[in-house]
Amino acid sequence: MNLGTFYAQHSRLIDQIGINALLALSLSVSLQAGQLALAQAAFAGIAAYVSAIAAMQFGFPLAAAIAVAIAAAALAAAALAYPVRKLRGIFLAIATIGFGEIVRVVANNVDITGGAEGLSGIPNDVTTPIIYGALLLVALALVALARTKFALAVKLTREDENAARGVGVDVGMVRFASLVIGGAIAGLAGALYAHAFYFLTPTDFGFARMEQILVWCVIGGVTSPAGAVVGAVLLSILPEVIRPLADYRELTSGLILLGVILFVPNGLSMLWAKRGV
Amino acid sequence: MASELRLVGVGVRYGGVQALDDVSLAVAPGRVLGLIGPNGAGKTTLINATTGFATLAAGSIVLGERRIDGLPPHRIARAGIARTYQNIRLFGALDVRTNLAAGAYAQAGRLSDDDARALLARAGVPDVPLAATAAALPYGDQRRLEIARALAARPTIVMLDEPAAGMNPAETARLVTTIRAIAGEGIGVLLIEHDMALVRAACDDVVVLNFGAVLARGTPAEIARNPAVIDAYLGTSGEATA
Repeated sequence: MNLGTFYAQHSRLIDQIGINALLALSLSVSLQAGQLALAQAAFAGIAAYVSAIAAMQFGFPLAAAIAVAIAAAALAAAALAYPVRKLRGIFLAIATIGFGEIVRVVANNVDITGGAEGLSGIPNDVTTPIIYGALLLVALALVALARTKFALAVKLTREDENAARGVGVDVGMVRFASLVIGGAIAGLAGALYAHAFYFLTPTDFGFARMEQILVWCVIGGVTSPAGAVVGAVLLSILPEVIRPLADYRELTSGLILLGVILFVPNGLSMLWAKRGV
Repeated sequence: MASELRLVGVGVRYGGVQALDDVSLAVAPGRVLGLIGPNGAGKTTLINATTGFATLAAGSIVLGERRIDGLPPHRIARAGIARTYQNIRLFGALDVRTNLAAGAYAQAGRLSDDDARALLARAGVPDVPLAATAAALPYGDQRRLEIARALAARPTIVMLDEPAAGMNPAETARLVTTIRAIAGEGIGVLLIEHDMALVRAACDDVVVLNFGAVLARGTPAEIARNPAVIDAYLGTSGEATA
């Protein structure tokens, strides 16, 4: 089988993997700061609808539609950051999941999103190179960010928020920035999704998707962006390669998650980073 | 650069408990002020209030010309007050190098390995490897690393919360040298300590807290002779006069 046929047969999966990798990166930004903020699917959903509506109803060209969608997702993240600023751990998780449910319910019940039937006929102008180009850009941006002092602040916030404050880290700013950066990346993923698959329903970015994203990150290693990408790629491919697994997708991912937590508690990233953080 | 830390009439309340009541004291550049008192007297609360981790109910705190009470902890840290913790609060999962870089977080530029080793030397542990995980260090070295992390911030004032806790007598004796050297650099040191021998050897002045209020103040020798202090803290007067 030559490469052309392979791509023709699997282009949807290949596109989906790239978008999943972006979603995993977006959550890993929050997890690296020690924040179990689970609204990434909602941010992606908001951006997917905004970019679809911008393109369909207002005739925005692709780049403009994506830009507006990213801005909307980042704005939603910024707006969410304030009410959850005092929440940590499981309480933050519950509040952000609740936010995701609000987004889904609203999308289900307003006219502009097409309600439960969703939106179809979104301009199908996002191609595989665009998706992987975006993934590369985000990865490079995160690598650049990892070399700044902000990365140290993120690490210290994750380890011990009060000790971080004690050395001069503005923990509130770190939490805000990590949520907004993660929101913007999720927004990019959502906008690409809308234009790559040209059909959108409220459940596309519901709780099941959020849970998937979390599983990818846990499997890859919660503090490792590279691990998150590996987790996303692996778990997107697995059900396609081993066909019977597709029917038991949730069961399989549950078992894999359990195995990782039991045997490789720091995720797959531990396999290539022997020690370190 | 060198500026005095002044607490004026500081009060802190936790619910119905008056943890600090009308406490005034000053930490001068290049001097070591000992803060002693029974458990629950408010010593750690005083550090927490100064560093922004506890809210003042009364009074004011001034560093040099600048009022710092009411600022968030990270702003106070950047203003030049560094601290250690009674229960060690290193970034345990991170290596020594990163812990020191954390201390220097608010400083411009990056902490070089030479800078890091110099900090460890000033804290009395020149041989701790930079790549070692902080939580894996021996207890005494962890306390020293916390001091080194505080020094990394190039502070005006350093507040040490029971740095000798868990140290043996030989280590405690070496700690005196470290503390005097820090003050010798012009840094003002506030030292919370239970070990009176250490207080006598390291401190220029002593403030005694009891039930959140200042019970006495003076030189270590004066404090050791003060009947009220002996009664409240150092032992019953009966034992002292026996």
